[in-house]
Amino acid sequence: MALVEINNVHKSFGAVEVLKDVSLSVEEGEIVTIIGRSGSGKSTLLRCINALEPINSGRITIEGQQVAAGMRNLKELRQRVGIVFQAFNLFPHLKVERNITLAPTLTGRVSKREARALALECLTKVGLAEKIDAFPEQLSGGQQQRVAIARCLAMRPHLMLFDEVTSALDPELVGEVLKVMEDMARQGMTMILVTHEMNFARNVASKIVFMHQGRVWEEGPPSKLFTNPQTPELKAFIGSTRHN
Amino acid sequence: MRSLSTIDLIAFATGLQYTLLLVLMALAFGAPFGLFLALLRTANMAVLRWASALFLQVVQAVPLLALLMFFYFGLPVFLGIQIPALAAVTVAFTIYTAVFLGEIWRGGIEAVKQTQWEAAASLGISRWQQFRYVIAPQAFKIALPATVGFLVQLIKGTSLAAVVGFIELTRAGQLASAATFQPLLVYSVVAAIYFAICFPLTLWSRNLETRLNGSR
Repeated sequence: MALVEINNVHKSFGAVEVLKDVSLSVEEGEIVTIIGRSGSGKSTLLRCINALEPINSGRITIEGQQVAAGMRNLKELRQRVGIVFQAFNLFPHLKVERNITLAPTLTGRVSKREARALALECLTKVGLAEKIDAFPEQLSGGQQQRVAIARCLAMRPHLMLFDEVTSALDPELVGEVLKVMEDMARQGMTMILVTHEMNFARNVASKIVFMHQGRVWEEGPPSKLFTNPQTPELKAFIGSTRHN
Repeated sequence: MRSLSTIDLIAFATGLQYTLLLVLMALAFGAPFGLFLALLRTANMAVLRWASALFLQVVQAVPLLALLMFFYFGLPVFLGIQIPALAAVTVAFTIYTAVFLGEIWRGGIEAVKQTQWEAAASLGISRWQQFRYVIAPQAFKIALPATVGFLVQLIKGTSLAAVVGFIELTRAGQLASAATFQPLLVYSVVAAIYFAICFPLTLWSRNLETRLNGSR
C-alpha cells in the first residue's frame, strides 16, 4: 500500500477551481517533486495533504488513514507529516531550542529533560548545533529554514512536505538547504516537494509530477520527463526553466 | 466652614484606596472575561465571532456612566433587590474593562500572522496550545502598550463611581469640597493625585511602544 494515496481530489477557492480531479500515489521512501507554473495548484495540493486546506471532494489517505479537515486524529496525523514552508514560519519569540522542542514536549513525546538532547540531535542533522540558543532573527534565511526542517524532524515524521522552501532565500543560501534535503532523501525519508529547483528535481527526485491548470499533466521518473516530455505544456515549461 | 486639613487628606487616602480597589477588581474580573471575548472574536466558528462582536458593539456603544446607573439604580428595580454599591460598580467596571481589553487583545491576536497558527497547527499541537504557546506571547507583546494605555482610562473612569455614591477618590473630593467650600484647592489636590498615578503609566506605555516595536 502506498504511503500517500490521493484520489480524484477537487479543491476550489470560491469560484476558482485550483485542483481538478488530482490523483497521485507516493510510496514509502519516494522523493516526489511537483513542478509547474505558479497558480498550477502545486502548493495547494501539498497543503491539502496535511489538511491545512480542506478538500471539496475526493479522498486523501496517509498510511491508510483518511485525511479530513475536521477529523478526530488530525493532530496525531500532523505529527507524522512534517511540513516546511516557503517563509520558514519559525516562532520568533522562542529560541531555536524551544522552536524545536515545543511540539515534542507538548505532545508528550519527550520529557523536558530529554528535550535539549533532542533539539541538539535534530540541529546536528541540519548542521546548526551551535545555534541552539539563538533566536530566529539572529539567523540567516538559510539557517532559519534549516531550523524549520529540524523542527519537523523532531516529531520523527514518516513523511515530509516541502513547499517551495528555497524560493524566499538569497541565491547563495539555497545550496545549504538543498544539501540538508539531499541528506534526508539519502536516509530514506519519504518526501513530497514543490520546487523551482530543476537540478534538484532532476538529480534527487524519484518521481516528477508536472501540474498544469490544476491537473496532474504528466508524471514519471525525471529521466523520462525531462528528456522526453510528452505534452507541449511540459516542453514549454522545461524550456522556460532551462536558463536558470 | 473649615479649611482643608489632615482629616481631608486622610479621607483622600481612603478614597484613593477604593479607587485602586475598583481598578484591581475590574482587572481581576475583567481581564479573564476580556481574554475570553478576544478568543471568541478570533474563533474559527463564525457564530462565536458574530455573537461576541454583537455583545461588544452593544456594550461599547453604552457610556460607562449609563452602565453604572443601570447596575446601581436600574437592576434593583428589575430584580427587586438592593445591590451594594461596591458590587454594582464592580460589575459595571468589569464589563467595561472586558470589552475594551477584549478588543485590544483581539487586535493583538490578529496582528500575529496567520502563518504562525498554521506552523503551530502543522506540528500537531491542539488549538489551545497553538494559542497559549505560539500566538498569545506574540500578541501580548503587541498589545501591551495599548493595555497599559487602557489602564490609565480605567483609573480615571473609576471617578464616575462617585455618581452612585461610592466613595472613591473623586467622591472624597466632593465631600471635602462641600465641607470646606474650597473646590478649587480640593479638586486641584485630587487632580494631582490622579496625575501622579496616571502620568508614570502613560510614560511607561509610550516607552513600551517604542521598545517593543523597535525589536520587531
